[in-house]
Amino acid sequence: MSRLAERPANPSVGKPDPHESAAGHVTGHALYTDDISTARTDALTAWPVQAPHAHARVTAIRTEAATAVPGVVRVLTAADVPGVNDAGEGGDEPLFPAEVMYYGHPVCWVLGETPEAARIGSNAVEVDYEELDSLITVADAVAAGSYQGNHRVSRRGDPESALDEAAHVFSGEIETHAQEHFYLETHAALAYVDESDQLYVQSSTQNPSEAQVIVAQVLGLSSHEVTVQSLRMGGGFGGKETQPHGLAAVAALGTTLTGRPVRLRLNRNQDITITGKRPGFRMSWKAGFDDAGKLVGLKATMTPDGGWSLDLMEPVLSRALCHIDNAYWIPNIEVDGRTVKTHKTSHTAFRGFGGPQGIFLIEDVFGSSAPALGIDPAELRRRNFYQPGHTTPYGQPVRDCERMPAIWSQLRQESDFAARSAEVESFNAAHPHTKRALAITPLKFGISFNQTSMNQAGALVLVYKDGSVLINHGGTEMGQGLHTKMLQVAATALGLPRTAVRLAPTRTDKVPNTSATSASTGADLNGGAVKNACDQIRDRMADVAAGMLGVEPADVDFSGGMVSASGASGSGASRSGASSASSASNRELTFADVAHEANAKRVQLHAAGYYRTEGLQWDPETWTGTPFKYFAYGAAAAEVEVDGFTGAYRTRRVDIVQDAGDSLSPMIDVGQIEGAFVQGAGWLTLEDMRWDTSDGPTRGRLLTQSASTYKLPSFSEMPSELNVTLFDEAREDGAIYGSKAVGEPPLMLAFSVREALRQAVAAFGPAGRKAELAHPATPEAVFWALEAARDAARQPATDTTTPNPTLTGG
Amino acid sequence: MNEATVNGQQRALTGIGAHTTALDWLRSCGLTGAKEGCAEGECGACAVLVAQPAESGRSAESGQSVASGQSDGADGADQTQWASVNSCLIPAAALNGQEVVTSEGLGSPADLHPVQSQMAANGSSQCGYCTPGFACSMAAEFYRCGRAGEAADVDGERSTDGAVTDDGGKPADGAVPADGTVPDDEHGPNGFDLHALSGNLCRCTGYRPIRDAAFALGAPQDDDPLAARRRKPAPGPVATDITGDDGRFVRPATLGETLDLMAGNPDATVVAGATDFGVEVNQRGRRDPLLIAVDRIDELRTFEATDSHVEIGAALSLSEVERKLDGRLPLLEGMFPQFASRLIRNRATIGGNLGTGSPIGDAPPALLALGARIVLVSPAGEREVDLDGYFTGYRQTVRRDDELIKSVRIPLPVAPLTAFHKIAKRRFDDISSVAIAIAGEVADGVITRARIGIGGAAATPLRAHDTERALLGNPWNEATINEAAAVLGAEGTPMDDHRASAAYRQSMLAQALKKFHAENDETLEVSA
Ligand SMILES: Cc1cc2nc3c(=O)[nH]c(=O)nc-3n(C[C@H](O)[C@H](O)[C@H](O)COP(=O)(O)OP(=O)(O)OC[C@H]3O[C@@H](n4cnc5c(N)ncnc54)[C@H](O)[C@@H]3O)c2cc1C
Ligand code: FES
Ligand code: FES
Repeated sequence: MSRLAERPANPSVGKPDPHESAAGHVTGHALYTDDISTARTDALTAWPVQAPHAHARVTAIRTEAATAVPGVVRVLTAADVPGVNDAGEGGDEPLFPAEVMYYGHPVCWVLGETPEAARIGSNAVEVDYEELDSLITVADAVAAGSYQGNHRVSRRGDPESALDEAAHVFSGEIETHAQEHFYLETHAALAYVDESDQLYVQSSTQNPSEAQVIVAQVLGLSSHEVTVQSLRMGGGFGGKETQPHGLAAVAALGTTLTGRPVRLRLNRNQDITITGKRPGFRMSWKAGFDDAGKLVGLKATMTPDGGWSLDLMEPVLSRALCHIDNAYWIPNIEVDGRTVKTHKTSHTAFRGFGGPQGIFLIEDVFGSSAPALGIDPAELRRRNFYQPGHTTPYGQPVRDCERMPAIWSQLRQESDFAARSAEVESFNAAHPHTKRALAITPLKFGISFNQTSMNQAGALVLVYKDGSVLINHGGTEMGQGLHTKMLQVAATALGLPRTAVRLAPTRTDKVPNTSATSASTGADLNGGAVKNACDQIRDRMADVAAGMLGVEPADVDFSGGMVSASGASGSGASRSGASSASSASNRELTFADVAHEANAKRVQLHAAGYYRTEGLQWDPETWTGTPFKYFAYGAAAAEVEVDGFTGAYRTRRVDIVQDAGDSLSPMIDVGQIEGAFVQGAGWLTLEDMRWDTSDGPTRGRLLTQSASTYKLPSFSEMPSELNVTLFDEAREDGAIYGSKAVGEPPLMLAFSVREALRQAVAAFGPAGRKAELAHPATPEAVFWALEAARDAARQPATDTTTPNPTLTGG
Repeated sequence: MNEATVNGQQRALTGIGAHTTALDWLRSCGLTGAKEGCAEGECGACAVLVAQPAESGRSAESGQSVASGQSDGADGADQTQWASVNSCLIPAAALNGQEVVTSEGLGSPADLHPVQSQMAANGSSQCGYCTPGFACSMAAEFYRCGRAGEAADVDGERSTDGAVTDDGGKPADGAVPADGTVPDDEHGPNGFDLHALSGNLCRCTGYRPIRDAAFALGAPQDDDPLAARRRKPAPGPVATDITGDDGRFVRPATLGETLDLMAGNPDATVVAGATDFGVEVNQRGRRDPLLIAVDRIDELRTFEATDSHVEIGAALSLSEVERKLDGRLPLLEGMFPQFASRLIRNRATIGGNLGTGSPIGDAPPALLALGARIVLVSPAGEREVDLDGYFTGYRQTVRRDDELIKSVRIPLPVAPLTAFHKIAKRRFDDISSVAIAIAGEVADGVITRARIGIGGAAATPLRAHDTERALLGNPWNEATINEAAAVLGAEGTPMDDHRASAAYRQSMLAQALKKFHAENDETLEVSA
């Protein structure tokens, strides 16, 4: 076992601890960025002036009327920027744009004494625009040849011949729509120059280091002149990976120009209309199966809608291409991906990061083809699982792929799948107007940033001479429980109870050059760094304790806040504290005793920890390599009930088995799994992002720009019964204390709901019909699908989708 | 002086204008537990508790008219209830003289409230941003009069050491909720009604751990201060006149003063629960010179049920109406849980729902099917108009500027078969794409009564007269229904928008009638 994965006896990791801030959350004492701003009564408020065109040139900005508004202090425009007028690292996102690139694009910002003054002031700014032609849909962009970023192809084998020779060939075209993050806390920043003359920015960001870079870039400063803190976020989900940084720069610019603290908080409408979302993808596919239902060839194209700037679309597309296989062996494959540029918000990271769209495509292949193949969809999926020895289309061995069938059969058992499938059938036979369905879908998700250089992290661990411990790491807390896990990791590594360790907010002046907390890697990377720092300190303290106890350093044991001799040779790290009583020296020291002595002996009690994921390699040109440290596996079984009159539906029961490695924090992990699942179900079934695609005056305007028009899952979408099991005996040797990442993968378990809906819809029609279902599967979409199914039942079947529909049964 | 009691402490209502929201005022006081997540009543992050008069169910039966807040509590019944509301929509000025409790007032990290300790122990928070609001909504249901009867003793205890424990206890085995609710998907074994949380959104947890916390709650302890508070009267309305840079907010003391003020100020805006008005303020920057609060005027808060009619005061909140009707009108009973959320219903009034004149309001179709009449009052006196014909165009009605809606009168008996179908994307707390209310009667296999109200199908709520004609006098069978459904599908001129396509709306009108038939077919055959 690797030292990284090995757990000592009685570790803090693995305990189902509640969130470290739970008591602060429930009482309202936990602070968020704008709560801190509220206390700064001297702060000015920044308010955007948003353009009412999807694409236009700004020909003039007149601010006189705005500055005449009582309480308006200043209008920030491009002319005020001392550094680089860009909100990103790619140079394609002007912060104060001369060309409006989407409806609602902020062209300048008003600073007011109060939010009300700033709001009224922003209405008074006069902007002249010269309207330009706009591209709103993917189809618009494709027709205009409007692309951005690289054209990527993932290819293996000979898909053309495979499709030519396949017994059954199906094809499909489908568009997935954008998803709004709808973190409950909208974007917020507070900037001021602090008592040490340092520019300080509190930002609700997943990536304080990038916020620091962008603020410095806009202001023409060096990084060491800017400190960014991310105390905690009220949700991030990827939406605060890049998007906060231009906003932080606006606040910072305001504060340097006025000498006053500047507070910026987008209200919900501004947040939805200004910031990027999960990109919609247009996809088409052609899939060939043999008579046994094995997928023999797949050709597909993916056309993500990147919006107006590239942002993170390159890695999003990479992840989509790297997840089109999901858990399935596809011997011959070609997937072609290219991002279009449209006049919409700049789409960005969102939990799963392209993975969901990739998996969407392959599950659409199986789900729609199964009835036409005459094979039960669950069986069709199982038959196509990876086998040991297989590699992914990009050439990475599928390590631990035998976990997939193991999870699958465990889930079938726990969910009582066979018996309930039979119940569903008899229910359907007895109910002409209501249909149920039970579907099961698998999941494999690669963990690590596709871009190898990002897989590194730092930490700073301080042990004070009274034995108390303060940790810092580069990861941010957005609700995923990273800080809780890091406390558990530090407590485990130092042999302390969790309560002996405190954690300080994430700041760029503590740990520099960090990666974004994203791609589910937060615990893997920062946990590695925290443990590394703790190990350094513990090794030094062990030397000191050895002297105090009269034993060898290797025989010093840290456990439960006590330091003692383990009484035997060996690694010492995994000895149980209980055995110390019978050891050579039965003296027990407290951790504080040793810390005190170490300080007296001039032994360093703090350490910078560092971690980088080993063994990664990626060549984007050949589209091959080992981009992922490991894969997380899982499966879900969902049962739905559909009302044939309206298309409305309910999720009756969901069972999940998820591979979280040896969980660092089971309550946190189960929470991530459930939350991701419901969020995924929201994306697939309910959340319906619409833009004005007409040629009218509000072309390009987001039609669903508020909580009343963009509906998230509420209590009514929660499955009536939800059972989550963490896969047992699941140690991952290459990750911190044997755990696996869990933030993103379970989002894609929600395909079970979509597939169940598809099956329920099909139950209204004749058997053997290719089962189509639009995205998102809103009640209306389900209604039209089941109307089509009912129509097909009324007319004798003429199946147009199977060229050679000879096969029946499976 | 204008002041409110917040978490037991008097606070001057200073620095506010007519349009300042309660949320902004609370946060400016340093109480940042309540958060802004949407500023339009959709997310519940801003939820707080307010002390409202408790009413006593069917007390007004047999004809006497009782104004709310006047119950004498002689039988030891609760006189006050803790209602959760969206502080982002309520004008701060409306809190004058009122009592508010925020998440900070429920408990502190060192002394968690039972609701808070259940939530903390069950992993009900991830990012925590929605959590204070959930805690308030959950606390309101925790204290709901008549929720859980005898419950386990440990459950309501405060955790004294501040540690997050999970020994907050499950309700004792066999504990039966006092209100007799049977546990199901939406009701816990402790009588906890999940609809209490229908106006709170969480983007992180997927809700299961929040439900578990809610269903694990016991009954409040005897010495629980908020439980004890229920036994004393709620604060009464306090006449208020506050002027800021943005306009003037007036809460007149009497109906007479209100009508005079309206007559003297044609540009005045009447505000009741402000669930509609508050959205206008926050989302569209609406600032009006004079706001007149009418939600606590006694004459607008009457409730009367006789053999010949039910009369509902315009300023009663939907929650109050629901409790007062107590199942008397199944059609409305079916509508309430589909109308917004508990948070909204605790403030939204029936008068406000009619007052907006919105074509997608849920009460109008229901009331049209019930044949309701509207009582209007002005300095010139009262008049009664039929709701069918009340709406004259998009957000236009026969009501004059100097008139207030006083009450809604529903003639009895109501037809025995009724249904309210709301078509929306989301089951809890969504706006209707279309809503269809049906009231009918079948005798000897023939349809003898039929009244249908529809919303979302045209510029105003509509009576489906043609459909009614297609049904009346015809046999109650599929052929009649299919024919009438086709007629219903063609009533109105629905449009395409982000909620639904016109074609779907049209289909749903027709489908509603078919569903109504399918659902009632069997019952009738059995009873025939
Ligand atoms: C999140 C949310 C969800 C909602 N969901 C629904 C829903 O599902 N179904 C639905 O139908 N509505 C819904 N609404 C709309 C709203 O809650 C209702 O229309 C409510 O009934 C309005 O009542 P109110 O007392 O809050 O009105 P206010 O906002 O106070 O007033 C609304 C209008 O009515 C006028 N008015 C109020 N009282 C009177 C009176 N006595 N006489 C004359 N005019 C008067 C006011 O001048 C104003 O123009 C929702 C609103 C929100 C914010
Ligand atoms: S802020 Fe969302 S309901 Fe009030
Ligand atoms: S815990 Fe994050 S929104 Fe609920």
